[in-house]
Formats: sequence, structure tokens, C-alpha cells
Amino acid sequence: MAALRVATGAGNWFSALALGVTLLKCLLIPTYHSTDFEVHRNWLAITHSLPISQWYYEATSEWTLDYPPFFAWFEYALSHVAKYFDQEMLNVHNLNYSSSRTLLFQRFSVIFTDALFVYAVYECCKCIEGKKAGKELTEKPKFILSVLLLWNFGLLIVDHIHFQYNGFLSGLMLLSIARLFQKRHMEGAFLFAVLLHFKHIYLYVAPAYGIYLLRSYCFTANKPDGSIRWNSFSFVRLISLGLIVFLVSALSLGPFLALNQLPQVFSRLFPFKRGLCHAYWAPNFWALYSALDKVLSVIGLELKLLDPNKVPKASMTSGLVQQFQHTVLPSVTPLATLICTLIAILPSIFCLWFKPQGPRGFLRCLILCALSSFMFGWHVHEKAILLAVLPMSLLSVGKAGDASIFLILTTTGHYSLFPLLFTAPELPIKILLMLLFTIYSISSLKTLFR
Amino acid sequence: MEKWYLMTAVVLIGLTVRWTVSLNSYSGAGKPPMFGDYEAQRHWQEITFNLPIKQWYFNSSDNNLQYWGLDYPPLTAYHSLLCAYVAEFINPDWIALHTSRGYESQAHKLFMRTTVLIADLLIYIPAVVLYCCCLKEISIKKRIAKVLCILLYPGLILIDYGHFQYNSVSLGFALWGVLGVCYDWDLLGSLAFCLAINYKQMELYHSLPFFCFLLGKCFKKGLKGKGFVLLIKLACTVVAAFLLCWMPFFTEREQTLQVLRRLFPVDRGLFEDKVANVWCSFSVFLKIKDILPHHIQIIISFCFTFLSLLPACIKLTLHPSPKGFKFTLVSCALSFFLFSFQVHEKSILLVSLPVCLVLSEIPFMSTWFLLVSTFSMLPLLLKDELLMPSVVTMMAFFIACATSFSIFEKTSEEELQLKSFSISVRKYFPCFTFLPRIILHLSSKQDSPSQVIVSMTTLT
Repeated sequence: MAALRVATGAGNWFSALALGVTLLKCLLIPTYHSTDFEVHRNWLAITHSLPISQWYYEATSEWTLDYPPFFAWFEYALSHVAKYFDQEMLNVHNLNYSSSRTLLFQRFSVIFTDALFVYAVYECCKCIEGKKAGKELTEKPKFILSVLLLWNFGLLIVDHIHFQYNGFLSGLMLLSIARLFQKRHMEGAFLFAVLLHFKHIYLYVAPAYGIYLLRSYCFTANKPDGSIRWNSFSFVRLISLGLIVFLVSALSLGPFLALNQLPQVFSRLFPFKRGLCHAYWAPNFWALYSALDKVLSVIGLELKLLDPNKVPKASMTSGLVQQFQHTVLPSVTPLATLICTLIAILPSIFCLWFKPQGPRGFLRCLILCALSSFMFGWHVHEKAILLAVLPMSLLSVGKAGDASIFLILTTTGHYSLFPLLFTAPELPIKILLMLLFTIYSISSLKTLFR
Repeated sequence: MEKWYLMTAVVLIGLTVRWTVSLNSYSGAGKPPMFGDYEAQRHWQEITFNLPIKQWYFNSSDNNLQYWGLDYPPLTAYHSLLCAYVAEFINPDWIALHTSRGYESQAHKLFMRTTVLIADLLIYIPAVVLYCCCLKEISIKKRIAKVLCILLYPGLILIDYGHFQYNSVSLGFALWGVLGVCYDWDLLGSLAFCLAINYKQMELYHSLPFFCFLLGKCFKKGLKGKGFVLLIKLACTVVAAFLLCWMPFFTEREQTLQVLRRLFPVDRGLFEDKVANVWCSFSVFLKIKDILPHHIQIIISFCFTFLSLLPACIKLTLHPSPKGFKFTLVSCALSFFLFSFQVHEKSILLVSLPVCLVLSEIPFMSTWFLLVSTFSMLPLLLKDELLMPSVVTMMAFFIACATSFSIFEKTSEEELQLKSFSISVRKYFPCFTFLPRIILHLSSKQDSPSQVIVSMTTLT
């Protein structure tokens, strides 16, 4: 009673927001869940029932383990709690097992691990300076940022309906960003290294981290005009950063190196056989490219410029996840996408190296890296837009220009997530939550910068 | 109004909570042969669509009154007919005569839940928003907070969107009535309230305060002049409203009597199931139902109800004011709930609506009462497998009220509006200080974090 009283006192709006969204997540428990639910149940079963040497070889289910080892250990830890809910879900052969207790356990595990995300948001709010301190609560940047992050529409529907664990992973990323803002670089580097070994999609933003830490942490001082001062290089800092990354990687990949399973692990982590676009196209450059290819092939067939026998039967629009060739335009290889991504990242990396603007510059570079990878990456899911949206929220409460970019990005990004929930009962939920987030974000940012 | 976006956000949160609760089970799901209230509503759509009006309230081979016969006034029947037309357009199997009994499917559940949401959106929610926007004496932030708290009231959400009923229609109409009457739109207010009574006869619990308030207004205006004109106008409005709703049933005396018999089933007994009123609680020690004969039970409940609501109603007639009106609504509805005949546990909603209206004036007591009222319906909700939504919505409501109205900070006797009561009691019992002390203990201020941690650990 007293704890609740403290949590709900007039000054403690943050806990009220966090508790409120947690209760909303509890209400979303009976909603539709996608195949990702079965994916994670399968991983609980694999890590619990099989020895480590089998984890990356097990293929009873089609949903094989394709996240780095730390996530596998995370599932292993969860499985020890899961056995008190329903022992049957830990059986590898129980495909598509979803008893009510399994559902309850899985949903609660996502809600519970979101605590890390809440803590990360709390730390991020501390990094935001409230310029106009005398304003009332709902117009303070900290309040708006908390709502934009805690009640983020994308996270809610991807994590708590579709079913994934992006909450605590994004929490790790936001926490490492916050640490870099607070000049605790070693902690930030450590957290990011750990994050990489939880989900390797964060490799998209690794260049930003690498260049920033090298330029602004290893070189301890700048010349008066801001350019690099080569003799201020600190070997100690470089070595310590390298040591952190090395130790974390050793902890993660060490066991598999010892078992000589590294090639298998990497083939699971980077499945290039999956095809350029996902079953549901992420709204990126390759989607436009493939659409253009389709249009051109249709025109070509109409104008009899193409031989119908040479046109492949399987097309990108059939919703299948597989490799295939384009008809008119040149086919795209993974290497080509990597080169395109690198070219897109280059300008922001250059800026970060030659004109470092402290943590804010790093954040901008991170967002640009995330967006470039989303645009040009291989087999991008539409959920990857969250990698850019969440850090962008931190910038949006700072400047008016950033706020307008954020609003465009977040509204379109969130709308692109709609096809994830295609069942009728979830239609009102996604519309209501989308309206809620969009109306609030547009109006509150407008009020902040009027 | 400024901060319209916060008001919109609050309404959207209310709608989201409602829809997510509706994803759960409903009353009587998968339980033949009788099922539950959900099946009752579907059955009424079937009856009103397939049978002529004359047969709606009568027992016949097509209309077996033992299987969920219509026992609400005509407006409910018309509403069911409207829903039936939509149902017929989507899938006629849902309301086919006889063959659709016990029809259950995912699509049908979606349809029924949507009808509740639309009715709520059109009637109840606008009334709540308009009511709070018109409260001039509190700040805009507090008005928005009040809308949030009222929309998050768990009892109504769980009964309408979980158990399955259409209470938001009758309560919404009653709220429009309160709005009209408080802001001197007396005719529209009384029209709205007549619609409420003609939707669910339980709204009669609220009728006495309306009557006394309007009568008091007429007296104040002077019975020889404007007051008399107002009285006549009101009488005409009420009569016209009732005529309009009951027109098909006034053609024959037998029709009217049969409808009245269905609305007021006096042979059903003092109470059914478990309900948190005086008679049911008393029956733990003394089985009144078995001791006293039927007609004596009716007389006793009538006397107690009437005596308990008399003081508030007399005061309201002599000194009509909007604030007094709202508190009299609470008091009368509570008298009826505690002492009346054949009270269902869902009737607590009729007390909860007026308490919601005074939430900003006595936040601590109102929040406490509203939480207890939801808790009192727990046996019903557990039967419908609604434990998780109940707990979550109750916690959400508590957090919303606690943060919006700082209920733990304003707990002195004066702020709880109990000062005059306590003083008069202390005249006879000088030792009556335990109530304020209990409240103070429950919400005692602890300054240092260590004290908080200590208290947290002692709790666990």
C-alpha cells in the first residue's frame, strides 16, 4: 500500500506512465500472436532439453535458432522459470504447443523483461535538458519523451501482440546511448557489445559506435578548430575498449569456438538463402526496385519485347521467402546490398570523424546508419524501422527540425507495421493505438516548439 | 478547448481498454442449455426481428418466455431490432428463428462486441466528455483527468464488454439527463432521462432525485408563474416520451399489463444469487426469505427504501442545486440498492455512475467506493473467467485516480467533507476520532526513502 502510494504521488508521473503501459500490455495478453510465438517456444525447448553442442544444429522445427549465443542463454534462463508454468512447452517435439499457461508465461516474460526498457527510458530522460523549466508537466520535454518511448506504438504491437523481445533489446541500446551521453564510455561500449551478442541486427549501427568511440574517446582532445589532434591518442583507452569487446565476444562465442561450430553458427546467423525481400516487403529501396522490375516485365510482355518462356514463374509478389532472379533489371546479390549500404553510411561516418559534435552527433550518425541499413539491407523486416524510430525520439524533443522529421518517420514507419496484424479482432486495437500515438506525438511536439 | 489532444488521447485510451477487455470470454460462453446474458441479447434480436410486435412480450410456441424472455422496456427491444437488421445483412444464420439458439462463433462475437462499442461511443462517452468539459470550477488538466478516471471505471467496462450487457446506453441517457437538468436545459434533460427509464427500468432508482430537483426548481420559480409553466411543460415532455416509446403497447390493455408484468416480476423473491445489499447480508444470520411471507417482504423493503431516501429528497426539493442533486443521486440509488426488492449485483452500476460524477469533489471516498463496487461483482466476473481483466482494470483505475487527484494527500476531515458529520457525532461520542485516524494511518506521510523501503519490506 505504501509502495503504491509512493509510486502514485503527485510528483511521480514517470512511474504512473510506466505502470499504466504495463497494465495495457497485460490487457493485450489474449490477442493474436504470430509464428514468432512458436519460434520462442521452440528455442525454450531447444536450450532446455538439449546440450549446447546441439543448439545450433537442432532442426526438428523449421524455426531454428538464428540469434547469437547470449539470446540462447537468455532463453535457457527463461526455460528454468517456464518449467513451473507448463513442463510440456519444453519438449522439442511439441510443435505449435500453445496451452493457456504457455501463453501466459511467454507474454509475462516479455512484459517483465521490459523493465530494462523502462530503466533505459528513465536514464535517457535524465540526459534531456529541460530548457523551459517553469512549464507545467505535460509540456516538459522529459514527459513527452517518456510517453513517446514508453507508449511507442511500434514496440507495443510488435512485442506484445505479434510477439517478440524487442523491448529489452531496445532498452540495452537506449541505455548504452544514455551512458555515452553521460560520458561513461566504457559502460556504453560494454552494453553495446553485449547487445550485439543478443541480436546481431544491431550490427547495422555498429559503425557509428566504432567511429565515435575511436574519434571522441580514444583521441582525448581536439585542436581549437575541432579537427583531430593526432598526438592526443590514448593507447590505454583503445586497448581497454578492445579488451571489452574481446572479452564479451569470447564469453559469447567461446564455447562454440571450442566445439568447432563457428561456421554453423554463422550460417544460422546470416541466412543469405532467404532472399532479397521478406514475405511482407519492408518499405525499402529494394521493394521499389522489385516493383519497378515487375512493372517493366509486365510492359515488356505486353509489348512482346520479352519471351514469356524466359520469365521465371516464382515472383517476389507471391509472398514466398526464397531466392530468385529479377527479370528485367539486374539481379541483386548480398554483396551488392552491402556495398550500397556502405556507400549510404559513408557521408555520416565522415561527418562523425571529421566534425564530431559530441554525443548528439553520434546519435544522428546512429540513426542514419540504421536508416541506411533499412533502405539497402538484405532481407530486411519491416520491424527494423524501430531501430531508427526509438533513438530518433531522443532527438525529437531537442529541436523543431528534428521533431518534424521524427513525425514523418514515425507515422509512416508505424503505418508500415499494419500488415503484421491482419486479424479482425485486432483491427480496432491497431487503429486506436495508432491514432493515440500519432495524435499525441504531433500535438505535443507542436505545443513544445510553438 | 486547448489541450484537446490530451482529451482525445484519454478517450482513445478508454476505447482501447474497452476493446481489449472485450477480447475475453462472455457470460455463458460454451455452456448449454441456457448459456448467459450474451445469448439473451442474441435471442432478443431473433425475437424482435422474426415476430410481430404484439408477440414480443407474450408466451407462445415461437417465443418461449422461460428461455430469456424480454424483461426490459420497449427501447431495449427497438435497439435489439436495429442490431438484428444489421445481423441479417451480415449473416442471417445469427438470428434465424429457433435454429440460431446457442449460436456461437468468432465472427458473431466480433459483431456483438462491436454493437456494444458503437452504442457506447454514440451515447455514453460523449456524455462523459461533455459533462467534464462543462465543469467550470476545476482546471482543464483536472477535467481531462476526470474523464480518464470515469472512462476507466472497471465495473462498467467489465460488465458491458466482458459479461456482455448494454448498460452504457441507459447510463449514458441518464448522464445526458443529469447534464441537461444541471445546466437548465430541463426539457431536454427530462426527455433524455425518460429514454433512460424506457431502456432499463432500473433507472427508476434515479427517478426520485430528478423529480425532486425539477419540482424544487419549479417551486423556486414560484408556483403561480414561471414555475407552474415549467411544471406543465415537464409533465407534457414526460408523457410524450413515454407515449412515443410505448405506442405499440398502448393499443390494448392486456399488452400494457403484460409488459409491466415482465418488467416488474414481483414473484421472484427478495434477492437472487449473491448481492451486496442489506437483505442478502442479513440472511447470513437470519433467513428472512423463509421466515416472512412474500407480501410482508415487499412492504418491509418498500418502507426501508422510502424512509432512507426521504431526508435527501426533501432537502433537494427545498434547496435545489446541481451539487445537491448529484449527491442526492448517490444517496437515493444507494438506498434502493441496499433495501429494495429483487436487486441484482449489477445494479451497483446505478450507484457508481453518480459517484463517478462527484469524483473530483471527494476523490478519496469515491475511488474507494468505486473499487469496492467492482470488487462486489467479482463472483459474477469470476464465473465469466474475467479475473485477469478485473485485476488489471482495477489497478489501472486506482493508479489513474491516485495520480490525478492526489488522493493520499488530501485526507483531512475537512477535505473529505466529513467535518460537520464528525463534529455532530463527537457531540454524543467524544471519543469518535478513530475514523480520521484510520484514514490518516492508511495514507500516512513518510518522508525519507529509508522509511519507505522499510515499510515496503514489512509489507512483503
